[in-house]
Amino acid sequence: MSELEAFRQEIRAWLEENCPPEMRQPVHDEDDICWGGRHFQFKNEAQKLWLTRCAAKGYTVPDWPQAYGGAGMSPAQAKVWREEMNRIAARPPLSSFGIWMLGPALLKFGTEEQKVHYLGQIARGEIRWCQGYSEPGSGSDLVSLQTFGEDKGDHWVVNGSKIWTSYANKADWIFCLVRTDKANKYQGISFLLFDMESEGVSTKPILLISGYSPFCETFFDNVKVPKAQIVGELNRGWDVAKYLLGHEREMISGAGGGDRLTTIGAVLNRAGLEDPLLRAELAMFDVDALAYGAMGEKFLDEIKVGKAHPAQPNMMKYAGTELNKRRYELLMAGGGSASLEWESEASDGGSRARGWLRTKANSIEGGTSEVMLNVISKRILDLPGA
Amino acid sequence: MPLYHTEDQAMLADTARQFMADEGAIARQLRHFRDIGCKDGFGHTLWKQFAELGLTGILVSEGDGGLGMGHVEAGIVLEEIGRNLTPSPFLTSAVMAASALADASAELKGRYLPGLLSGDSVFALAIDEGKKHRPERIATRAVRSGNGFSLSGAKDFVVHGSSADMLVVAARTAGADDDAEGITLFAVPRDVAGLSQDAVRLVDSSMATHLRLDNVQLDADAVIGEVDGGREVLDRVLSAGRVGAAAESVGVAQGSFDMTTTYLKQRKQFGKLIGEFQALQHRAAHLYSEIEIARAATIKAQQLLDAGSDKADLMVSVAKAKAGKAASLAVKEGVQMHGGIGMTDEYDIGLYMKRDRALAEFMGDMFYHADRVAKLSGY
Ligand SMILES: Cc1cc2nc3c(=O)[nH]c(=O)nc-3n(C[C@H](O)[C@H](O)[C@H](O)COP(=O)(O)OP(=O)(O)OC[C@H]3O[C@@H](n4cnc5c(N)ncnc54)[C@H](O)[C@@H]3O)c2cc1C
Repeated sequence: MSELEAFRQEIRAWLEENCPPEMRQPVHDEDDICWGGRHFQFKNEAQKLWLTRCAAKGYTVPDWPQAYGGAGMSPAQAKVWREEMNRIAARPPLSSFGIWMLGPALLKFGTEEQKVHYLGQIARGEIRWCQGYSEPGSGSDLVSLQTFGEDKGDHWVVNGSKIWTSYANKADWIFCLVRTDKANKYQGISFLLFDMESEGVSTKPILLISGYSPFCETFFDNVKVPKAQIVGELNRGWDVAKYLLGHEREMISGAGGGDRLTTIGAVLNRAGLEDPLLRAELAMFDVDALAYGAMGEKFLDEIKVGKAHPAQPNMMKYAGTELNKRRYELLMAGGGSASLEWESEASDGGSRARGWLRTKANSIEGGTSEVMLNVISKRILDLPGA
Repeated sequence: MPLYHTEDQAMLADTARQFMADEGAIARQLRHFRDIGCKDGFGHTLWKQFAELGLTGILVSEGDGGLGMGHVEAGIVLEEIGRNLTPSPFLTSAVMAASALADASAELKGRYLPGLLSGDSVFALAIDEGKKHRPERIATRAVRSGNGFSLSGAKDFVVHGSSADMLVVAARTAGADDDAEGITLFAVPRDVAGLSQDAVRLVDSSMATHLRLDNVQLDADAVIGEVDGGREVLDRVLSAGRVGAAAESVGVAQGSFDMTTTYLKQRKQFGKLIGEFQALQHRAAHLYSEIEIARAATIKAQQLLDAGSDKADLMVSVAKAKAGKAASLAVKEGVQMHGGIGMTDEYDIGLYMKRDRALAEFMGDMFYHADRVAKLSGY
């Protein structure tokens, strides 16, 4: 038996023993996702147990080094881990912006102290992070951001506001882009970390078309941020921000995301669909979805060994989110009038309609599809003036 | 297995890329043989060069004197063929017929493999009956006669049929036209009595035939595999052809796309390079994504086929459909973004459009394969 095969057996046995049956059910709604953090309310014991067991082994972040709370898996081992998790349809023990976004940025730009401290907290699910990038006047044109940090010797005093801050009202800490030099556009931004319980931070939830309000306006009124809480160099936060966006886009793309982008034809047709044109659309979708699944696998394989184009996450995000939107359009069409129900028990509180509306954000959040196409044009295709 | 090429495969890709860019280039091969009205539609000298590099035996086992490689490797060669629009019998002979012969008797192998390995022989496949690829339905009959069989029927879209020294013919030895079982594959020599071919030049300058079999008498040793049990071999031949055509389509898409992005960086209008217009940038970037995804699907299908996975069938159809979609978009956008010059015979971009059209039909178009994906998924 090869080493990798032995590893697979070990993982399989561990999962068999340790993954509670409740954690092998599909995720239905927000409540089923374990976000961790100071104030997180576990939905049930199984969710808590699953997190605790995984965190103890470093399995919440399997490919992070052991010193920072991970399991130190190689790319090939991490792939085995994903495959074995998918095999039993196990839920991720922990989902968080810390894992997907801040973690990779800290691994690259953080000091040793920052890594040990913040990464460990993320891996154990102790601190929940939110992302303070967008501002009312700065969306796609993020680099125009105005939130300002005034230098006060051993700390900054931050003033300004952010918008669309996902889960700001539930997060413990924020990673935030703050202007620290007004004279310099790109090299005048710093990447700061601070506690959302700091004095002067307030949030105001915004209601979404799906009826949920997972994002907020976030206000900073003379917030004191100690100098040690900067990631990377002063005024070089844009580099950190862009690197993090790569990981954010990878996450939103759903590459390797298990069942998120799987085929839907069989699912809908089991319900007895007879419309041949809809069947044809479903078949075309399934071709695209299965092909994209292969792309996701290829992308992850390549990125782990440095073979992927550095701007490839933008392509993945573009293709993956456009596909997911199409998927929900078809799910709505397949569901007919039943998929319109907004509150009924039968519709699980309108989960399909709400899910459909939620997907419309996929091609906006983390950079719009149009911006992704701009980036592909410029960085991959090297088109002029892009 | 990771979805990228191993070091050995990357080396093969370098060799194939260099070889096809030099020897298989559009001006030297496609245009040359088209312009002289060549009856084969490809050059035999180049085919011999394929053999010198060992490529004609890429799927032939080492025991039988070939390279013993797999569909990933064959696909590497096909992508370069697609990129350069290199006319050759590689897909029909070295990929499809070789897949059929892998199951043949030692006697048949001995008769045909040496010619393939040396580049002296060309093989063709006679599968389709009618205008669309519907191999589920085979009406050509083979009835027992003497110590062998007598074949009668008609076949279409027999690519390289009139250049072929041997044709792999799918015929029915039992059952009704639509039955899955009861198929037998035959290795039919070109000069056998009762076989006639009507050669036609296709839109991409390649040659195909309408083939007729009128009581063609064959000895029993012309049977490839088992009598009545040919469906399994046929499926393997079809998979090889489909995934191979997908790889070639990816090459066609990439070649056309590269020409197009180059043009976007050269042509000026309104005082700007046309590549500065966001309307064109976004379409180019979308196309880039589609080609990347098609390539990933194709490699995945190749790997699954090589591994003998039971998911291979599904992924082969995904690859053929997706590569066809991506290539079709690439050539249409290619011509459009070239403007008027894209419509001229002098410019190569139109050649990509023609080749794509022929490849799209070959071994089932995207509609056939999307339908097959649906059926394999249970709807
Ligand atoms: C559900 C959701 C969650 C989010 N979570 C967060 C979060 O946690 N933290 C955070 O900081 N932000 C978050 N965002 C904000 C998100 O990053 C921005 O919405 C996004 O970057 C777009 O900015 P905007 O909304 O200002 O749109 P705009 O930039 O105003 O864009 C409007 C339209 O113009 C197009 N456009 C803009 N510029 C160009 C151009 N150069 N070329 C072509 N078209 C262009 C856009 O594509 C879009 O279609 C979230 C957004 C959503 C929807």
